Amino acid sequence: MKTYDLVIIGGGSAGLAAALEAKKEGVDNLIILEKEPYLGGILQQCIHNGFGLVQFKEQLSGPEYAQRYIDLVNENHIPYLLETMVYEITKDKEIYYTNKQDGVCCIKARAIIMATGCIERTAGAIQLEGARVSGIMTAGLAQKYMNIEGYMVGKKVFILGSGDIGLIMARRCMLEGAKVLGVAEIMPYSNGLNRNIVQCLNDFDIPLYLSHTVKKVVGKDRVEKIIIAKVDDKMNYIPGSEKEFDCDTLILSVGLIPYNPLLEKLNIALNPKTKGVNVNQDYESEFEGIFSCGNSLHVHDLVDYVSKEATLAAKGAVKYLKNNKQEEKVYKTVAGRGINYVLPQQFSYQKDSKIDFKFRVSKPFKACSIVIKNNDSVVRIIKKLYLLPAEMEIISLDMNAITNPSDLVFEIKEDF
Amino acid sequence: MKELICIVCPRGCHLTIDDNNNVTGNMCPRGKQYALNEITNPTRMVTSTVKVDSKLFKRLPVITSKEVSKSKMFEVVKALDGIVVKPPVYLHDVIIKDVCGLGVDIIATRTILE
Repeated sequence: MKTYDLVIIGGGSAGLAAALEAKKEGVDNLIILEKEPYLGGILQQCIHNGFGLVQFKEQLSGPEYAQRYIDLVNENHIPYLLETMVYEITKDKEIYYTNKQDGVCCIKARAIIMATGCIERTAGAIQLEGARVSGIMTAGLAQKYMNIEGYMVGKKVFILGSGDIGLIMARRCMLEGAKVLGVAEIMPYSNGLNRNIVQCLNDFDIPLYLSHTVKKVVGKDRVEKIIIAKVDDKMNYIPGSEKEFDCDTLILSVGLIPYNPLLEKLNIALNPKTKGVNVNQDYESEFEGIFSCGNSLHVHDLVDYVSKEATLAAKGAVKYLKNNKQEEKVYKTVAGRGINYVLPQQFSYQKDSKIDFKFRVSKPFKACSIVIKNNDSVVRIIKKLYLLPAEMEIISLDMNAITNPSDLVFEIKEDF
Repeated sequence: MKELICIVCPRGCHLTIDDNNNVTGNMCPRGKQYALNEITNPTRMVTSTVKVDSKLFKRLPVITSKEVSKSKMFEVVKALDGIVVKPPVYLHDVIIKDVCGLGVDIIATRTILE
């Protein structure tokens, strides 16, 4: 059985960045396994621009951003297999994959980085009511139809959910000649980045119906009409608030879920908030030598942060491969008031080190403070003008600021 | 006074521009420039795809080489109708020179070799 020091599962933004960093750190015996016939992952269908401002200080489209990494992977002679589907991994880090050249194959890894991305929530996942007809699709699928396959998805489109891909697809449909009748968002605030509300909805006079959702889909073979209704703060329909839209297409942008079927088979504990695995500051999961990063760990709003996170996971994997890991006491991070989740979920205390803690708030806040507490003493307070659930916050915490290590609690205090 | 959300980067700064064109709320100089453009001549990058005659791919993603006036976005996309590109095509190859006479090119954003 062929043995690799490092196997990276997934050749998207996370996998490519992880591979490059590992190679840079001296890991030569590595390979990327990718299921699509090309590297770059979801970036290849994200033809809009706005990527790369953090990593490259310029605005790139998705395929351009991917190409930067693909070029580097090729220049560094990092091997990869395309159209290769991994269908099983074991705790001993055996990896079973299948592809046209090798048939069914098993390889062994000393370390694995899971970079398998995320999947979209579907009509079934949100229990969409009404006709099961053609013309209902997720935003990412609509994006693939239009940008990769070259099919127009419909003429009169309604969008449920204000996630970024939904907003991007609203603009895309308008520019390609469809009419986008509106976007309904069940929450009282948008789930997409503010800039996408401006440049995808406002620019095209597309109305955004906050606290609204699709109550019913009507149609025989194809979507003919949808009925939306306003919801109260308990998510119940408000009688009499119904609005009807004659449309032929309903695009769903109702959330992304980290995709971890390989780890789920091993009965790994998934975090109920992130839907990814729990990791430490090296992005190592509860299974020794198995690392996770990117959208398969937690859903990111910027690809730049995916690349950065993958770099950290690769550093963690390299450290593991060099056996530089010492037994250290492990502390937890706790998502306190107003915080949805904090990542990493565990960390060990090392003097003169810095840890990037990532978190999302559970609802929008204005004029507030992020408070990081430790044994009831305050480690750090950061004032913020606003915080939004759609925008991941990253706080780099100097471990020297902590005198008496213990679990760290993150919470939001509203200023009055 | 006008309130704007900056779209230059995903940070999405909340900008305010007063009657004397003073911009506040921007965390970088690009935000100031964005606000001034936005109230005089708002511009946008346009991305779309064109047909590609390739074994593996059906569409080639493209972008404008510079921002175009917001009011010209539809015209620019319309100009892509009927274009068929033959591989090899390389990243940033010009697909349409001076599209719609705007002084802006349409360029490829993906390399497709065959």
